[in-house]
Amino acid sequence: MIAALVFADIGIKLALAGIVFFGVLNLAGLHTWVERKQSAIMQDRIGANRASIFGIKLFGLFHPLADAIKMFFKEDFIPANGDRLLHTLAPFLSVFFALVAFAGIPFGDRLMVGGRAINLQVAGIYIGILYIFAMLSLGVYGVILAGFSSRNNYALLGSLRATAQMISYEIALGLSIIGLVMIFSTMDLQQMVRAQGGDFSRWLPGIGRWIPMWGIFLQPVAFFVFLTAALAETKRVPFDLPEGESEIIGYFVEYSGMKFGLFFMTDFIETVLVACLATTLFFGGWQVPYLHPDGFHFPWGATAAVGHLVYVGLGIASFSLKVLAFCWLFMAIRWTLPRFRYDQLMKLGWIYLFPIALVNVLVTAGILAFLGARG
Amino acid sequence: MQRKRELTFLENLYVPEIVRGLVLTSRHFFGNLFIHTAHLVGLMKNRSAAVTFQYPEQKRPLAPRLRTRHRLTVREEGTPRCVGCMLCETVCPAKCITIVAGEHPDPNVEKYPVRFDIDLGVCVYCGYCVEVCPEDAIRMDTEILDIAAYSRQAMKLDIHELMDPKLRKPVPECTLKFPHQCRVHKPVLPEAPQQRSDLPAVVSRNEPPGPMVGSWEAVYGKKD
Ligand code: SF4
Ligand code: SF4
Repeated sequence: MIAALVFADIGIKLALAGIVFFGVLNLAGLHTWVERKQSAIMQDRIGANRASIFGIKLFGLFHPLADAIKMFFKEDFIPANGDRLLHTLAPFLSVFFALVAFAGIPFGDRLMVGGRAINLQVAGIYIGILYIFAMLSLGVYGVILAGFSSRNNYALLGSLRATAQMISYEIALGLSIIGLVMIFSTMDLQQMVRAQGGDFSRWLPGIGRWIPMWGIFLQPVAFFVFLTAALAETKRVPFDLPEGESEIIGYFVEYSGMKFGLFFMTDFIETVLVACLATTLFFGGWQVPYLHPDGFHFPWGATAAVGHLVYVGLGIASFSLKVLAFCWLFMAIRWTLPRFRYDQLMKLGWIYLFPIALVNVLVTAGILAFLGARG
Repeated sequence: MQRKRELTFLENLYVPEIVRGLVLTSRHFFGNLFIHTAHLVGLMKNRSAAVTFQYPEQKRPLAPRLRTRHRLTVREEGTPRCVGCMLCETVCPAKCITIVAGEHPDPNVEKYPVRFDIDLGVCVYCGYCVEVCPEDAIRMDTEILDIAAYSRQAMKLDIHELMDPKLRKPVPECTLKFPHQCRVHKPVLPEAPQQRSDLPAVVSRNEPPGPMVGSWEAVYGKKD
């Protein structure tokens, strides 16, 4: 009996992990297509549209497939003086840490099936935020090892830049969410999302009922700091100094075939991860505005009851939609802005973002203390 | 000279400027996306969502004076207008025209080209041959731009391809009736071996002439 329950639990967890991986990997793969098409449409071009299967082109959707086939058939090159083991290990480390971080992301509310409550989150970690940030930080090891094991000056330069950039921006990233942690008094992402389900009617009597209590309304400054630092974490333009395609090619200059493909995928997976994080922390995760477990409670007084499955489904849809919107935004930013210079990057990180985040924490603490004292 | 301008406070904040940039690119994105979607359902066909041309299917309009692949203009009875005066061969800076003149039965014409070859691998498209021709016999208005081949031999045009721009290599059969020398009637020579720098340069890049085929009777009918 107990064994059956344990097996059921393991099965549920495996299914959840499968769903998350399926979603994330497909989204990351699709990003190569989105990248080509979105940039093309933004620049008044058509974009890749030649890959066809039996004459079916489907807006160039077969290009990711063609890319993957090409990657697998390319020579797997290891530099003669490079470290074989580390050189092989690096891309796997990169992609591994990017993928496991998704375990902490809640993508839906509790699902009740047959008297069993399933938290729609792969691992309900009590300190989810710390876990995800730890995985994000560990991701830089793949980059460092790649540059180090290649025995190539440019690769090493790229990984040094990556290290400097990651360390500078992780501080701002960490500080930017402290305000939220203080407000919600939790590090559990699922609870944090649940806490964002309320509204501001307690503090703003008139219009407060219209505004959902999402992180962005509580911590607007932190949101911008977080967004900037998180974009820097993904190592994409305008923060692509570790790659610097036009100058040093970067830490993966000595990689070919699918190992290069893994680095490429890691960038996209991290973009999706950052989109998930921004959604979870600042845009209410799976919360739908005015939707409560028993149905809609619109601010003008109307209510509409919805079933449990619909409620959970709407939550998942809302989460996916927000993540996709962020993915679009990141892609738009990537194709709009030029690359920072190294000194500009450091200046932005240390002279602007870090103090702003710090002041934000102080101000938040002050307001919380004031409100707390008032009761 | 424009020195670097000091940024204003708002510009220094980055965020408003970034939003401005994003608005610009997003306007293009959504505008073009709208037109693409309209195209899918068959609307707004007259507006293009892209400034690019889908090349092999969709050709760019060419300027009327653009110099493209050569052609020899043709008389009514199917012989070249060229009178074999050799002016173009003489003026050609790339020395890529080879003409062998023959006697024309019409005393007013005097001469005509038995052989007319242009090596497009050497031609610089200067258009001097067109300028110099007294008979308007050679023109560069075929609008053929995709001149490419896998060998140097295949870059050489003979009188067939010059008189009929629609012909593409390999020319299947000889359709010219007047007496001439053409590649259709003899095997194409293999690529010449690499030139050695210590030997004197080969002057003629062109292959030796083939046999003479065709007759004036076929063009003008039997003389009475
Ligand atoms: S275009 Fe110039 S180079 Fe070419 S065949 Fe004519 S004269 Fe010679
Ligand atoms: S200049 Fe004109 S007429 Fe004279 S040989 Fe050349 S093509 Fe013929």
